[in-house]
Amino acid sequence: MNSLFRSKPWSYSFRTIVFIYFIGLIIIPIVGIYTQSFSQGLASFIDSLSDPLAWKAVLLTVKLAAIATLINVLLGTMIGWVLTRYEFVGKSILNSVIDLPFALPTAVAGFILLLLVGPSSLFYEWFGLDLVFHEPAIVIAMMFVTFPFVIRGLQPLLEELDQSEEEAAYTLGSSKTRTFFQIILPTMLPGILSGAMLAFSRAIAEFGAVVLIAGNIPGKTLVASVYIFGEIESNNPHGAAAVSVLLLSISFLILWFIHKLNRGGQA
Amino acid sequence: MRRLWITLTYIVVAVVLFLPLYKIFTGAWADGFSGFADALLRPQSLHALQMTATIVLIVTVVNTLFGVMLAIYLVRASWLSPFAKRLCNSIVDLPFAVSPVIGGLMIVLLLGPNTVLGTMFNNLGVQIVYALPGMVLATLFVTFPIMVREVMPVLQEIGDQQEQAATTLGAYSWYTFWKVTWPNIRFAVMYGVVLTVARSLGEFGAVLVVSGNIINKTQTATTLVYQDVENFNVVAANGIALVLAAFSIMLLLLMEWTKKRKEVH
Repeated sequence: MNSLFRSKPWSYSFRTIVFIYFIGLIIIPIVGIYTQSFSQGLASFIDSLSDPLAWKAVLLTVKLAAIATLINVLLGTMIGWVLTRYEFVGKSILNSVIDLPFALPTAVAGFILLLLVGPSSLFYEWFGLDLVFHEPAIVIAMMFVTFPFVIRGLQPLLEELDQSEEEAAYTLGSSKTRTFFQIILPTMLPGILSGAMLAFSRAIAEFGAVVLIAGNIPGKTLVASVYIFGEIESNNPHGAAAVSVLLLSISFLILWFIHKLNRGGQA
Repeated sequence: MRRLWITLTYIVVAVVLFLPLYKIFTGAWADGFSGFADALLRPQSLHALQMTATIVLIVTVVNTLFGVMLAIYLVRASWLSPFAKRLCNSIVDLPFAVSPVIGGLMIVLLLGPNTVLGTMFNNLGVQIVYALPGMVLATLFVTFPIMVREVMPVLQEIGDQQEQAATTLGAYSWYTFWKVTWPNIRFAVMYGVVLTVARSLGEFGAVLVVSGNIINKTQTATTLVYQDVENFNVVAANGIALVLAAFSIMLLLLMEWTKKRKEVH
């Protein structure tokens, strides 16, 4: 029984307003972009996608996002582990600062990275590495904005891990490495996976941090979101919509998979 | 072994998070204090900051109201079938998966100057795209899931027994909400508000597409940073970026504070 909203005339109008808002704000725009991109027929949709610049941009995005996610899985697993398992000076400060990439505007993040590794930076003078306007810079930007996902996905699972299982493994004579791979890693895996997928879907969608440092050279460092932006600017909404639909479908698949994974973990 | 891991963690966090922060706090003073003040006191900076403040305010209020109500419906409503609830529950997350640029594009495609709806609103004298309403809409779209996601788990956890008891004792529904439900969810709502503010303050892609980035008209703080960098005006960009970063750090501290409070309940 829902006690909050017993049948009163205004509770019906409340419901209606909330659901009209929900449908108008979320569902109509998403349906709209799919219908728009197919509005001129399938041929024109395929035509927009077979533009080499378009599919190269999508491929590049997926490739770089995968690299960034892999780095984050490795670093994130380590940091998540250290922050839950060990006690040391400054732990709580580290733990709070992890969320910084979520709080910092992505355009600001892109700008700082430009300052840090750009042509006039100390990094450039010391190492002579020209990162900005090349692929590594995009990977760094994607890595920065998705940094907290794996750590935050992992921590609750590690906190819940029953120490006695681990101790039992040790008592039975299992080595440290074996315990890690047979007891601890299986517990952490769902968290790492869902964190990694969230990071990946965020990385392929990232715009603000990437646009400033990628150089956006078509076919070389032009990622999908920047390509879409360029198409909108040059007044080609159909080309933009076609690539958007491709990118959206990838993201929706990932989201659906995370949902499945989470439900499997709870059951 | 353990020493090694802790040291490595410190190094990674220092390089990935502290170094950028340090850079932004020192970079803004590259031309001394006057350089920083000049960057901030330009008319376009003041206008952009004001624009950002307006958007953050409207979006936070609207998103909080609708987010909390939708969360309550999706958890409590008996007039929704379980299937409909599950479906809505999945749809709520969709904006997380949508690239901000695409979010902006959706609004341009639906309400832009060449569309049916856009022309209709234009005839009524309301401009949506390339004006404030469109920017608010874009930010609302991007921030929509945050509040629902924060409040729903808490509502599920507390159950509806207390609410039912209140109703049985004759409390009106509004009274039940304020006296029974609200005290339980308030820290979750606060956490959601902080996250919404952070996200709407930093929204860039969607706003850039929808606003057209017109100086002194639809430019926000983040799109101004972008434009300053494009114009090689690095010190000015750094000034605005510093203001935004300072706000982010404040929000980060608030996030920590509310997170702790949220866990107590």
